[in-house]
Amino acid sequence: MSTGTSESTAPAAVTAAARRAGVGPSSPRRRRRPAGRPVWEEPPSRLGLALKGLVLVLVVLAVAFPLYTVVLTSFSTQAETIRTGGLVVVPGELTLEAYRQILSGGVVTRAAVVSVGITAVGTVLSMVVSVMAAYGLSRPGSLLHTPLLFVFLVTMFFGAGLIPTYLLVSGLGLIDSYWALILPGAVSAFNVLILRNFFMGIDGSILDAARIDGAGEWRILLRIVIPLSGAVLAVVALFYGVGYFNAFFNAVLYINDNAKWPLQLVLRSYVLQGVALPGGGDPTSSVSGAVAGLPIKMAVVVLAVVPILLVYPFVQRHFTKGVIFGAIKG
Amino acid sequence: MSTSLEQASAEVDRAEEELASQRRRPGARSAPVPQQRRRTLRTRWRRDRSLVLMTLPAVALLAVFAYVPMLGNIAAFQQYSPYAGFLQSPLVGFSNFARVFTNPAFLNSVVNTLTITVFQLVFYFPVPIVLALLLNSVISPRVRVLVQSVVYLPHFFSWVLVVTVFQQILGGAGLVSQTLRAHGYSGFDLMTNPDTFLLLITMQSIWKDAGWGIIIFLAALSTVDPALHEAAASDGAGRWRRMWHITLPALRPVVVLLLILRLGDALTVGFEQLILQREAVGAEVSEVVDTFVYYQGVVYGDWSFAAAAGLVKGLVSLALVMGANKLAHVFGESGVYQR
Repeated sequence: MSTGTSESTAPAAVTAAARRAGVGPSSPRRRRRPAGRPVWEEPPSRLGLALKGLVLVLVVLAVAFPLYTVVLTSFSTQAETIRTGGLVVVPGELTLEAYRQILSGGVVTRAAVVSVGITAVGTVLSMVVSVMAAYGLSRPGSLLHTPLLFVFLVTMFFGAGLIPTYLLVSGLGLIDSYWALILPGAVSAFNVLILRNFFMGIDGSILDAARIDGAGEWRILLRIVIPLSGAVLAVVALFYGVGYFNAFFNAVLYINDNAKWPLQLVLRSYVLQGVALPGGGDPTSSVSGAVAGLPIKMAVVVLAVVPILLVYPFVQRHFTKGVIFGAIKG
Repeated sequence: MSTSLEQASAEVDRAEEELASQRRRPGARSAPVPQQRRRTLRTRWRRDRSLVLMTLPAVALLAVFAYVPMLGNIAAFQQYSPYAGFLQSPLVGFSNFARVFTNPAFLNSVVNTLTITVFQLVFYFPVPIVLALLLNSVISPRVRVLVQSVVYLPHFFSWVLVVTVFQQILGGAGLVSQTLRAHGYSGFDLMTNPDTFLLLITMQSIWKDAGWGIIIFLAALSTVDPALHEAAASDGAGRWRRMWHITLPALRPVVVLLLILRLGDALTVGFEQLILQREAVGAEVSEVVDTFVYYQGVVYGDWSFAAAAGLVKGLVSLALVMGANKLAHVFGESGVYQR
């Protein structure tokens, strides 16, 4: 198996290095599937293969086709959508007009900037706080370890509820402040535990060696633990980032001033509910009809996916490692 | 609270013992502390203070935004008014709870919530398992990776986006209706039809999250020793018998655990998903406990009534989680904390 050898050397080296570094999971190690069908397995029937392939193709299409039509429609002309009566399936006349309109500094542009800003600030804050907490909780037997751990666990089993949280946030004067979209959800006990489980898997002898050399806990965290935890950090950062970027309901609650709306709220009001954009920024107000501005609407949808599509490929390969190590999310 | 937390503390104790035994082993820990000298609190503080300090920012955030609101549930026992605040609002005992339990709209929301939970348990829950089994049987790694990266993706879309896409495809002016009309059939509008709402939200859940759901089953499948399959095959077990006797038993612990977790979460169904579509299909079928609390409190301003309903939900959920955890032990599984 010539392809198998070249493929398997790199991962094998990585796993070996990971094991040496003590990053390996305590659960049974994932077994690599040998490439190709093993000799003892009976060859699949032609009908079975065809059915399997058909189902897989349908599954992939069920995800990909709606996205394809949405993207294609956003690049189509208004005339094209009126001709088809809705979404465009077959590429016709293509244009960037929709994007030019929504990105020319109107409501959508501002909302996109707000969303990206909240996501950036929130993710950095959440990661700094969570990584510190996870490392602080990663040594059973340390002072106050158990009570501190309980502080996190309790929040996983009992939520205070929407009303008291709303009353608190408004009581703190955070209504119409972007901090209301960041602070209440800044720490997820769940994500902290994922990080903690990963940190606990790191071989203690490396950390002890550093300690003998005079490194304090802060330096150990920065110089040893964080560099060893790339996969799980990427996955947890994605969880936090996606959470901030996708949230719309906290903005419904806390942001009354529609000039401050994040992108998801604009998407809901303008695209889903068909309300004209506030602040006179509606580029389609002169066009009447149910499908008026469909390319523009779909361009807003695309704008709400692009940031996720940009980071997804880089984090995606860490999913199994990062997620299964700590816990299962979703 | 005690069950899960006791279990957590048992887990912590076990880890501590492990650590202690490591320490006793010569050379395993590089700075062995003499056994007979009990470390005083002061030396422990000096040793661990940076660890404690590291947790403080997160603890402070949780204290303000998770624990202070727990105290805020006092509003459920008051006739709360935003102008009077918590201190000045009069206490009214359990009268808000009495109103909650006799309110037909609240009872309707409970029925809707449980209906959605059961419906999704039957029609959503098995989908990721079947997909994982299918994907696991695909030999080509390239196809597997491709399918995985496509089906995981919608999990990271927002509910606003998912509902928008569904509206464009299955709504009255959507792609499917347009195509049907263009060929002389009558169109339909799934987005505003209360009768098919259960079906609609289950389809949305499957589209968004079923793909992501397979990740845990694939991980469980990857721990199966291929030698088991080989041995069974050489003993003459066919494809389906191997699946029944080897593959499915490997999934059992995960399936039981996820099932129990879902039962513990029975009162929580996609809040954002439902509130986005409440106006389109009406409250009769789409009102769940969470949306009921939101409308009564934030929209209609009946704060104490809404807080009481929310507190009932929180406490029942807590009891369910604990009950589910007990159930997990009955099935010989490790329970919620270790998931």
